[in-house]
Amino acid sequence: MSDIASLQTGARLRQGSNIGQPMTRRDGVLKVTGRATYAADNNPEGLLHAVVAAATIARGRVSRLDVAAAKAHPGVVAVITPENRPQLAADPDDKPNPLAFRLDLLQSDAVRYAGQPVAVVIATSLEAASEGAALLAPQYEVEAPRVDLGGESFEAKIVGPGFPGRAESGDFDAEYAACDQTLEATYETPAQYHNAMEPHAIVARWDGDRIEIDTPTQAPAIALGTVARFFGIAPENILIRSPFLGGGFGSKGMLAGPQVLGVMAAKMVGAPVKLVLSRPQMYGPVGHRAQTRQTLRLGMAADGRMTAIAHHTLAATSRFDDFVEPASNASHALYAAKAIRATHDATRIDVGTPRFMRAPGEAPGSAALECAIDEAAFAAGIDPLDFRLRNYAEVEPMHGKPFSSKALRECYLQGAERFGWAGRPLEPQKLRDEKGRLVGRGVGTAQFPAIMFEGKARAVIRADGGGLAETSAEDMGQGAWTALHQIAADSLGLAIDAVEFRAGSSDLPDAGIAGGSGHTATAGTALYRAGEDAIARLTALAVGDRRSPLFGAGNVGVVARDGRLSRQDDESRGESYAAILARAGLSEIEGSGRGVADPATEEAYAKYAHGAVFAEVAVDPDLCQIRVTRLTGAFAAGRIINPRLVESQYYGGMVWGLSFALHEEAVHDRRSGRIMNANLAEYHVPVNADVPSLEAILVEEDDPHVNPLGVKGVGEIGITGTVGAIANAVFHATGIRVRRFPILPADLLREMARG
Amino acid sequence: MNLSLTVNGEPRQIVLDDPRVTLLDLLRERMHLTGSKKGCDRGQCGACTVLVDGRRVNSCLTLAVSLDGASVTTIEGLADGDRLHPVQQAFIDHDGFQCGFCTPGQIMSAVGLILEGEAGDDPERVREAMSGNICRCGAYKGITEAVIDAAAKIASDKQRDAA
Repeated sequence: MSDIASLQTGARLRQGSNIGQPMTRRDGVLKVTGRATYAADNNPEGLLHAVVAAATIARGRVSRLDVAAAKAHPGVVAVITPENRPQLAADPDDKPNPLAFRLDLLQSDAVRYAGQPVAVVIATSLEAASEGAALLAPQYEVEAPRVDLGGESFEAKIVGPGFPGRAESGDFDAEYAACDQTLEATYETPAQYHNAMEPHAIVARWDGDRIEIDTPTQAPAIALGTVARFFGIAPENILIRSPFLGGGFGSKGMLAGPQVLGVMAAKMVGAPVKLVLSRPQMYGPVGHRAQTRQTLRLGMAADGRMTAIAHHTLAATSRFDDFVEPASNASHALYAAKAIRATHDATRIDVGTPRFMRAPGEAPGSAALECAIDEAAFAAGIDPLDFRLRNYAEVEPMHGKPFSSKALRECYLQGAERFGWAGRPLEPQKLRDEKGRLVGRGVGTAQFPAIMFEGKARAVIRADGGGLAETSAEDMGQGAWTALHQIAADSLGLAIDAVEFRAGSSDLPDAGIAGGSGHTATAGTALYRAGEDAIARLTALAVGDRRSPLFGAGNVGVVARDGRLSRQDDESRGESYAAILARAGLSEIEGSGRGVADPATEEAYAKYAHGAVFAEVAVDPDLCQIRVTRLTGAFAAGRIINPRLVESQYYGGMVWGLSFALHEEAVHDRRSGRIMNANLAEYHVPVNADVPSLEAILVEEDDPHVNPLGVKGVGEIGITGTVGAIANAVFHATGIRVRRFPILPADLLREMARG
Repeated sequence: MNLSLTVNGEPRQIVLDDPRVTLLDLLRERMHLTGSKKGCDRGQCGACTVLVDGRRVNSCLTLAVSLDGASVTTIEGLADGDRLHPVQQAFIDHDGFQCGFCTPGQIMSAVGLILEGEAGDDPERVREAMSGNICRCGAYKGITEAVIDAAAKIASDKQRDAA
């Protein structure tokens, strides 16, 4: 089944029979039968329901809450407001580290964004709690909010999770001044909200100073630290179960305020409490992708080779915390140029703090960059794919580091071949379909950094020869419970069904963060090391035991496969795991492992996944309705653990790209500061009919450096490239360049009316 | 308020102390049938889709008290013991889901669509008819393939049974 050569120098993992297989999801039956348990599905005995009352103004203070009316409603047990809120052990406005977002935990009557929780009502039924929250009928002292990018801005020194806001190589000003041709364009991207299908939810149960929590989190260990900090209890007194997330997309990375309010409510009433946000309440306290305005300046030689790239971003952040969308960083490592400058400014507005949202920085940054590249190619009279190949970065352009691997050229070629790119007319407005619609074809390059967090895992070989692998990883749709299980099985030299996989709970070894497209690399490496460690310990038992057929085989090495250890030089000589443990009188043998990036490799190589996305659109010439008719993405992301799930990740990313290009936008009322479309009918996300035929090509890429498994991330890269490809196809169809996302029929109609 | 409901084939007498209870909240919070999900509570996302008398409805928009005498099928009532319904199996085979949260609604919607006899094998029509169910993970390709595959399987099973 598996193929591990366990040498004295350490085990070596080759393509086993679990890794690389297109297995169906291990949690598939649970998910199609309704038995997969999400946080809000827990109904412990004596449960009370908590409902948040949220601010309907964006700036000011709450002057009155009708607590008496709420309390008088039958079934209402308690109302929490800033007046009676229990003391917390930490100040929600403290920021002990850059990733500890300031939370709204009823610490004052101030309102700093629409949708901010202003009270919590707890009742014996959901209906009573909802009615009680409505009866609070808050009154406000209102201040004029600002929710656009027009206010004062400042240079953002730190962007994203702690990157420098400014990066520069070469002399941009000199190169830009000296080049043959320049392109300058400004693009706008709107505020976007994650809108995972599962609203944030928590079920909290206190027992003295111990607490059990069911809540969705992409990082159980960090969530545990947050609860410990606010409630002044020891981490070992906290258990967080988070087996399944109904989508996270970054919004469930760090606990959001309402989740902490659920813990507070349970403490206050001394009973288990369930708190679930409504859909409109998902547009405020749980993060979003900030609106940006990005300016690209590209300088090129007459042959279309770029010499200078400047990418400047102005991003919105909240009044009270800092998270700056690192959009300009998308230009760091994609195209070769002598001079590259990436800079960021930020402006404070009256919204909830923006946070990570699937491909934070990369998504809006790639959207702007890929459109600008298309505009530059068009200005230079060069096919946009050819233009990208001419500007191919053979090494990471800012520092000259080699890429750990980079099969982007193959992505371009294979994608173009499958899509049928050849023969595309350079000029726009040349193609029509049989219905008379304007047809356009566009391309975009995809790139996403291959990162690792730190994760741990434990692996056990049991007396019966079977295995157990444990890490706290949750499945949020990326397929962790399947891909990680495959890795664990190979690392133990066992069939997948012979290995029990336990995950999704904070009392298991910390799997790190399911984010940044780094989870498989991180938790996978930890599991791989843990299995390797268990096999090494088992090997030591066997080769040191005179009664074992493997006695003395330490020098030649042993192979672990199918639950047996065999001599590497003669695989007929060996014995089963069970036999080794039985003779040693052990009920099991345990290994542990850690997954973390190797600092030397980090220093030596630039690590990115790459891809090329091709889009075809059809635009109704009268109504300007835009339909994406085809999307083909070719991606190279190192070793593929499970091609079926990886394809699905690419499809999902491409659908997000389509959504970014044509659908998503939170529309603010500039007077009230409220979002006018805070629901799933008016905040547009693609439905099935919006999604055309999708193709994903898994381009082979062998990366010996990135991590022991050779895997890069696949969860976010699909968005990058896709947005630009679609926008560029719209230009190719219509000859109209829309520089504001999403591209709407009205934008095209307006331009067409101008003629 | 008393009502008689048949839920997944079992007759149930429900005593309701509150007329505001939706079918979705009745199922989830009072009967602990938590397979049906609440994604929006406004009939916008379809995660709560169940069958009422064989027709797909948004259970979040349906007041429980209005259903006296009705027969309700939820995701929990679809499989025959350990044997999955063809739509459930097809969703697994075609990877028609990722996070799984919208999946019970998608599957009930697909079962309803096939019962309506409107599914056919035209992907365009299936996409349109499944567009009341949002999947934020973007698993639509697999969903469409699964519906077409399951519809064909159900049709051929029927033909075999009739022969």
